[in-house]
Amino acid sequence: MLELITFSTLNGVLYGMLLFMMASGLTLIFSMMGVLNFAHASFYMIGAYFGFEISRRIGFWPGFIVAPLLVGAIGALVERYGLRRVHKYGHVAELLFTFGLAFIIEELVQMFWGKLPVDYRVPPSLDFVAFRLFDTTYPAYRMFMLATAVAMFVFLFLVLKRTRVGLIIQAALTHPSMVAMLGHDVPRVFMAVFGVGAALAGLAGVIAGPALVTQPSMAALLGPILFVVIVVGGLGSLAGAFVASLLIGLVQTFAVAINASLADVIGPSADIFGDLGRVTVAQIAPVIPYLLLVLVLVFRPTGLLGNRES
Amino acid sequence: MSAMLEVEDLHAYYGKSHILQGVTFSVGEGEIVSLLGRNGVGRSTAIKAIMGDVPPRGSVKFRGRQIAGMKPHQIARLGLGYVPENREIFPSLTVRQNLFLGQKSTRESGRWKMADMFGIFPRLEERADTPAGVLSGGEQQMLTMCRTLMGDPDLIMVDEPTEGLAPMMVELVGKLLEEIAGRGVSILLVEQKLAIALKISRRLYVMGHGRVVFEGKPADLSADSPVRKEWLEV
Repeated sequence: MLELITFSTLNGVLYGMLLFMMASGLTLIFSMMGVLNFAHASFYMIGAYFGFEISRRIGFWPGFIVAPLLVGAIGALVERYGLRRVHKYGHVAELLFTFGLAFIIEELVQMFWGKLPVDYRVPPSLDFVAFRLFDTTYPAYRMFMLATAVAMFVFLFLVLKRTRVGLIIQAALTHPSMVAMLGHDVPRVFMAVFGVGAALAGLAGVIAGPALVTQPSMAALLGPILFVVIVVGGLGSLAGAFVASLLIGLVQTFAVAINASLADVIGPSADIFGDLGRVTVAQIAPVIPYLLLVLVLVFRPTGLLGNRES
Repeated sequence: MSAMLEVEDLHAYYGKSHILQGVTFSVGEGEIVSLLGRNGVGRSTAIKAIMGDVPPRGSVKFRGRQIAGMKPHQIARLGLGYVPENREIFPSLTVRQNLFLGQKSTRESGRWKMADMFGIFPRLEERADTPAGVLSGGEQQMLTMCRTLMGDPDLIMVDEPTEGLAPMMVELVGKLLEEIAGRGVSILLVEQKLAIALKISRRLYVMGHGRVVFEGKPADLSADSPVRKEWLEV
């Protein structure tokens, strides 16, 4: 039991931090520009594939540095030459633009790397057991992922709270036109935020690729969960995204580990629920985030920490 | 006297409604000019169009240079400051951070320093590390004006600074406006209250239905009761 709790907590926090690396960019972009970027998870996927390609040719560590930078540059270009032009046609056009972009990226990835998962491996330097608790071991690579995610979180927090650019971003979240009229180049700030958001998603892909599966559907699998995270946390709220990321990470990890059904808890009287009484928590684990999404939308439309209607 | 800001035949639209229908006015170097009129006649739209926040049609020249069509941040960097009517402070940032963001760059400092602002409004210094969102309406108004001054504008456009303020605060705003003019900064003041405008302006324009319907000195407007009756008094 103790090992289950320990490992599920570790994995849940890890998954949550990975989600936050993507949700943070997504929610910042949303509150500044009003765009729900459907292609955000695609940047995560590009990150994983770039990481794979570079690690195959040069090594994991160069990929760890270069791949997120490349993805960030692509993100900045997408904002500058794509979104900014579409912007004048309104939010629906922007939404459709990012929606189309997600499909294009998926197709491109299939063209270059095929439909099957690629062999993106944990680097040998990190391929060992970090610690052992009772009979279960915990891989060092996961600890490395966790450390990277925490470092990114601290970096993001310091930039936003302690630097002038961070202050401009915070102000532009709520009052973009006022910030511009004080003489700050808000479009350039938008481009930078979009780029950094994409780079963070790319970094998440680089480190998640070897641990999970690097395949063309990884963006489509993750994207919906990201939207759950930012809606549950409160659209536009960075703190909310953080709380919701951890919440969803932990809930999903624990749910998968719990093999109990309603019948196990309340006994034979669960028969009145029919088959539903015998469904285990683990079986409904994939649905739980969406259940949470629906409940939040019904009972707290602003999200946990947000202050605007989603 | 050369005009610093020359607005000629300015039109602006909100969606399909034609808000400004050919407005012409000017502000000279070091001058205090007021733009008067009832709510909804387009005064705020006029200054937003000058700042590029609302797309302008027509000619807006600042120091002889055409600025209509430029982006808001470019216009601000040329030396035009804007203090919005609804204050638009950054509520989650502290008073000090708000003032800090008024500066266009951290390298050069202009006529105004944070210490000047705190000197004029000690209240802002007392609350320097408080989130600006919890300030009173009057304090927020001071903060908005000071924030724009931190960017060292040569001409500052102030939209209804005394709206909803207590008489004591109105007096403070008047004092600050005089202090601003005293440092050689031109002011374009949008007001509804006649008293303060008559007291500090050198020239006045009255707007009605998206056009300028009167232009003159405070004494002329005081003498012209038909204009006041038709376009200003409620």
